[in-house]
Amino acid sequence: MQKKISITINNKKYRVDGDKTILEVCKENRIDIPALCYHSDLDIKANCRMCLVKIEGEIGFKTACSTKVCDKMNITTESKEITRARKINLELIFSQHKEECFDCVWNYNCELLRLAKKYKVKINRFQDRKTKYPVYRFGNVIEFDSSKCIDCRNCVEVCHNQGVDFLEVKERGSLFQVLPSYKKNIDCIYCGQCITHCPAGAFETKDEFENIERPLKRKGKILVAQFAPSIRSSIGEEFGMKEGKIVTGKLVAALRKAGFDKVFDTSVGADFTTVTEAEEVVERIKQDRNLPILTSCCPSWVKYVEQRYPEFIPNLSSARSPQTILGALIKTYWAQENNINPEKIYVVSIMPCTSKKYEIERPQMKIQGMKSVDYVLTTREFARLLMKKKIDFTKLESEKLDAMFDSPSGAGIIYGATGGVMESAFRTAFEKLTGETLQKVDFKEIRGMKDIKEAEVKIGSGVKKIAVVNGLGNAKKLFDDIRAGKRYGYACIEVMACPGGCIGGGGQPIPTDEKIRIKRAESLYSIDRQKKVRKAHENPIVKRIYRNYFSKNQELAREILHTSYSRKPKGSVRKLD
Amino acid sequence: MDIIKELKRHDILGRSGSGFPAHLKWQMVKNCNASQKFIVCNGSEGEPKNYKDKYILKKYPEYVVEGIKQALLAIPNSTAFFYLRKDYYRKFGRKLRKLSWGCDIEITKKIGRYLGGEETTICEAIETGTAEPRIKPPYPAQKGILGCPTLVSNVETFYCAGKIARGEYKGERFYTIEGGAKKRGVFKASKDATIKQILEETNNLPKFDFFVQAGGGAMGEILLPKELDKQIEGIGCIVVFNRKKTDPIKLMKQWAAFFLAENCDKCTPCREGIYRINEIISKKELDGKTLDDLFFVLEKTSLCPLGKNAFRPFETLIKKLGLCRKR
Repeated sequence: MQKKISITINNKKYRVDGDKTILEVCKENRIDIPALCYHSDLDIKANCRMCLVKIEGEIGFKTACSTKVCDKMNITTESKEITRARKINLELIFSQHKEECFDCVWNYNCELLRLAKKYKVKINRFQDRKTKYPVYRFGNVIEFDSSKCIDCRNCVEVCHNQGVDFLEVKERGSLFQVLPSYKKNIDCIYCGQCITHCPAGAFETKDEFENIERPLKRKGKILVAQFAPSIRSSIGEEFGMKEGKIVTGKLVAALRKAGFDKVFDTSVGADFTTVTEAEEVVERIKQDRNLPILTSCCPSWVKYVEQRYPEFIPNLSSARSPQTILGALIKTYWAQENNINPEKIYVVSIMPCTSKKYEIERPQMKIQGMKSVDYVLTTREFARLLMKKKIDFTKLESEKLDAMFDSPSGAGIIYGATGGVMESAFRTAFEKLTGETLQKVDFKEIRGMKDIKEAEVKIGSGVKKIAVVNGLGNAKKLFDDIRAGKRYGYACIEVMACPGGCIGGGGQPIPTDEKIRIKRAESLYSIDRQKKVRKAHENPIVKRIYRNYFSKNQELAREILHTSYSRKPKGSVRKLD
Repeated sequence: MDIIKELKRHDILGRSGSGFPAHLKWQMVKNCNASQKFIVCNGSEGEPKNYKDKYILKKYPEYVVEGIKQALLAIPNSTAFFYLRKDYYRKFGRKLRKLSWGCDIEITKKIGRYLGGEETTICEAIETGTAEPRIKPPYPAQKGILGCPTLVSNVETFYCAGKIARGEYKGERFYTIEGGAKKRGVFKASKDATIKQILEETNNLPKFDFFVQAGGGAMGEILLPKELDKQIEGIGCIVVFNRKKTDPIKLMKQWAAFFLAENCDKCTPCREGIYRINEIISKKELDGKTLDDLFFVLEKTSLCPLGKNAFRPFETLIKKLGLCRKR
């Protein structure tokens, strides 16, 4: 237990934990202190200079984010002088931020605007100095509008924490700026964490605004939507619902209302991924080949391995990701069963992920020459589409999914949280390896937000070591250790590039932080608990397709279920006009 | 000899500009409970027009090294860095290495430019190689290089300690006199001398109408002839300007260009404030209210001493020369 201390804030006494900062204490007690460069995921940088407070007996202002409380501290958070300082600093911040509020990922909910109103800021007091700053496009996924950047450097830090270091601070003329790296071996992996950690909306996905309705304007096509496991516990936040609220039925209704002809659940695709991967685990363990096996449903992680740890390419599981398997199944089995020309099907995935936009362009993800998935909309993009169409999400009546890919196992649902893929694979692989029925389905040791979770599992007479990693920077640590021989002996390793897994993805609602990620994840586990079928291989549709379809079309089954990897050169980094 | 007591007795204030009592800093580092402590002799001298440390390093290096040795003795578990501007490193490195032979003193090159001389930046630079300031507190005396208590003191401060240790200290301080003065250079005078006394003693009190910048060629404040009966605040540096021959806008442009290039752009008021000051000066439209606001946030809200002090020359020049009527 932390020692409690007494402090005074604005003439009111508080008993608080002694190890907290002034900002943390004020947040807990609902005392409004503006903070732009603060993000609970990141280190304290204290560079926006907005959280200024006055401490009795100390000269000048202190920044609340960087100052710890101490006993008998007397803090003032609002005064004429503080307001003046905050106001001027805000005006200076606005002088480097080109306002494009109508198409901003913050959707008018940004802290900058709120503070501008609160402090009656003249946002155009100084002429924008960055109007001519360029927009950079990383690959075909992420755009960085440097004319909106307020130099808080959150993106640089999060990019570093991700082990990527693609965003750098470089001096140009007499000013330091955030710029994409031009180093040959340093590339963006499209995780989108810069988007969710930027207070100024300087990052977005390509087409996050302008072309958002494009996928729906496909004449003569059958529009098929699929949505990832983690969307059901996050999209409500975009409409002011509680963090982590489960809204599956509303989501289905919203997709239909938006114009989709069919709505499927990517979690069913996840069940196929699980079975495929579990088979591979069993095979590789039996043959003691290419171990540890590495999960491959996170495209950012896959790209990272291909570019930075190519020696581990053979270790990646060849199983395709849930969205590409389901997309492929829709264009083959489902089309065949319903007598539809697959060329006429247009599959759109609603994903928590920016990198999934890149994944569907990988040539190895094609099915019979067609793209498995034609378009990816992130959670945010789909929410914005609904807003544009004036669909009130909160008022929608729940609807049911369309038949065939409507009913995932619990294992398919938990894919959205860190540890979920491993847990799902374990539920299946255990039974395949031992021939016994797994009684204790929950695998709690690998749940939760810890950076690197390790566990030993008893399978038959042997013990296998596994690891689950969330946050790519932690994967870097683990694999550097493996490279150096400091850690070894793993059978399986799950890696999700984003903190917390897909529920913390780069395409998810903003804000995203640890508390929110935990709530989104808990919701997924609660759905899993209530499912009758909790193991992927027991899902009836999985059984049916394996029995009736894959067994007769083995070549095609391979194409639907498996993919391949190769070393990748650096993707494009373009300066747009 | 208890050097810390002696520093107190002689009332030695840090000679890098901040004027913090040296004995307090030394004592703080000594008192910290740590198995490793660091001492940094700051020879990074980056203030324009000031070169008194260079003069000391050239003329009296043995006293400086003696001062560092005293610190090593006074502070248990400590090792020292002699942190030198690159050109000073080239010029004096060999000599200093010779003088500090057998002691735990490493002669190292400064990283970065102007800001690379600020105490938290030095710690960051020695530790990580990047010249960026750190948030204070913790102060280097509490957590400096590698999180260890670190004493960062100026070359001249160590010189004083060395002099005291040898019983030769006579209350002197070094002053650089530059600009339009008749006799430019570094001079020794009493640490208690007023600016006027220093100028008089060195035969530098101008006969023409003038003003001075005291405390550093960039950070120093502007003083009129009638304001010289005070001691220097800041670095021991006086720059004399002939009022008739000096274009104040041009002078401010030089300062602005200097700060623009030398700041680290990390915090809002310094990055944007100096950018706007430069803009306003370049346009020659000195808007009093805007400048006031910018000076206010620079002084009150900047992260490091650079930003906190950068407003001073502009503010004092504009005010004292009456450049901005609207104020």
